[in-house]
Amino acid sequence: MRANLRTLAGLALAVFLVLPFLPLVGWSVARGWRFPALLPDQVGVDAWAYALSPPSGVLASFAVTTLIASATTLLAILVGLPAGRALGLYRFRGRGLVFLLLLAPALLPGIAVVFGLHGILLRLGLAGSIPGVILAHLVPVLPYMTLVMAAVFARFDTAFEDQARSLGATPWQTFRHVTLPAILPGLMVGALFAFLVSWSQYLLTLSIGGGRVQTLPLLLFSFASAGRNDITAAIALLYILPGLMILAVTARRITGRGAALTERLHP
Amino acid sequence: MTTLSLHGLRKTYPGVGQAAVHGLDLTVDSGSLTALLGPSGCGKTTTMKLIAGLLSPDAGEVALDGTPITTLPPERRGIAMVFQNPLLFPHLTIAQNIGFGLRMQRLPQTDIAERVAAMLARVRLDGLGDRRPAALSGGQQQRAALARALILQPKVLLLDEPLSSLDPSLRDEMRALIRTLQQETGITTLVVTHDQAEAVALADRIVLMLDGRLAQHGPPEDLYRRPASLAVARFFGGVNFIPGRSQGGLFQCPIGPLTLPPGAPQGDHILTLRPEALRLGPGANPRTGRIDFVTFLGTQTRVGLTVDGTALQALTTPDLAGQLVPGTDLTISLPPEALWLLPPE
Repeated sequence: MRANLRTLAGLALAVFLVLPFLPLVGWSVARGWRFPALLPDQVGVDAWAYALSPPSGVLASFAVTTLIASATTLLAILVGLPAGRALGLYRFRGRGLVFLLLLAPALLPGIAVVFGLHGILLRLGLAGSIPGVILAHLVPVLPYMTLVMAAVFARFDTAFEDQARSLGATPWQTFRHVTLPAILPGLMVGALFAFLVSWSQYLLTLSIGGGRVQTLPLLLFSFASAGRNDITAAIALLYILPGLMILAVTARRITGRGAALTERLHP
Repeated sequence: MTTLSLHGLRKTYPGVGQAAVHGLDLTVDSGSLTALLGPSGCGKTTTMKLIAGLLSPDAGEVALDGTPITTLPPERRGIAMVFQNPLLFPHLTIAQNIGFGLRMQRLPQTDIAERVAAMLARVRLDGLGDRRPAALSGGQQQRAALARALILQPKVLLLDEPLSSLDPSLRDEMRALIRTLQQETGITTLVVTHDQAEAVALADRIVLMLDGRLAQHGPPEDLYRRPASLAVARFFGGVNFIPGRSQGGLFQCPIGPLTLPPGAPQGDHILTLRPEALRLGPGANPRTGRIDFVTFLGTQTRVGLTVDGTALQALTTPDLAGQLVPGTDLTISLPPEALWLLPPE
């Protein structure tokens, strides 16, 4: 009985998650699709052919978006890992305030952050450039990364690091062979969040990039507002691709028993 | 073979008024198995971490064979430390754990495998090399942790409470293993413990630390029979203390003059006598005491007596216990050779 309920719940969840994508698939191959027809009148690959051809700019945009999201993730790890370590391991004055400030960009609406940020990046000469957009993306990404790493380090016993050092491991070897394996599942969760938050930024890219940095969400919106449902659908399907891929690769490691963040840290 | 020496080692933790270690001077003889003994919070573990380089001292020096190593990072000191918990890396197998230090030195895989196999046999973990740490018992984990340090052939081996995480039944086995491996390898070894019985059973020499200071350093028997101070005597279970004055071989005190052993120092002192050395029955320095209590302790029986208003305790064999009735008088004697004078407080 319980097994049946679980199967049913799983099925319902799958339907709930997959159903919204079905019209996208339909639209991306439709030559015409009038209400209230259940299926498109005519089917073809014109939209896909256009979306994957250089003139549409989709592939270039895909590359730029990947570059920005990857660079943002890498920077977020470089900053968020040490910051999360300090917040997770040590009790110091003003720790609560640091948490609040870290959370602020995630709590405030993006539009409130954008104007000040634009001013600063203009003065630095970074507005309208890819590095500028990457820096802007760090604002919503860093809180996720830091908070995930703080939670990971709160469960980490630094005695393992002392033990490694006294067995002759250098600080780098200690990180590489002892700390990293222990924090890896959490680090992957953080990196996944970071990549996807950056990947789906619209407002920050639009205002800081000034139209010169064309990421996939921007392209998607311009095709959507031009009323090209077929091309929009094709781009939208490309757009959700990295999310699905990352999820497929990491789901086993970051969920359920396989992840077992706590089990892996202590023998 | 390496002599470890500490000179004026001092460490104060921020925000704590009292120093954890006060200007400690200590020499651990080459090839010895020395116990660093003291109650919890006396600065033992801090001292270990200062030696291992995991903490840096506020002042003072750590030296190996006279060469200062105070500024060297832990990985370049040639000192291996085994912690109270086995701390086996959970993502590695037992064999990989034991080979960890050698791998950090970038030794060839075949050499590592060979030495790990030999080490596994020495700590009787043959056949368990492929297991994960969690699949081993507490005693096996502790042996693996010991093997992981010994395989490096360190100049100095530090063991922090190596027996405290084990069940009492496993302690004797582990103690014997530490003793055997230490004698075979001759590695200068410092063991931290709070248990005086463990220190006496394990070590050649004992360093007693009280309140961050060195209280006494010597063979176990010295600390036991010839304590340097009242605090040392108390730590080793001393209970009989009689203040008085030593003059011409006699000790003038509240229970009357007592004959002292030859060569006893003159002047004001506190006389002490181990409870097991106090004889129930006539002999030298006889006295009559009233029995206050008799406590059965298993292998021994503790007897409390009052002699002229001074409380004394004796440890005796249980077969005598039946004849001891609280409230009755008993003749006891204080053998002169068992009397020891402590400096007055």
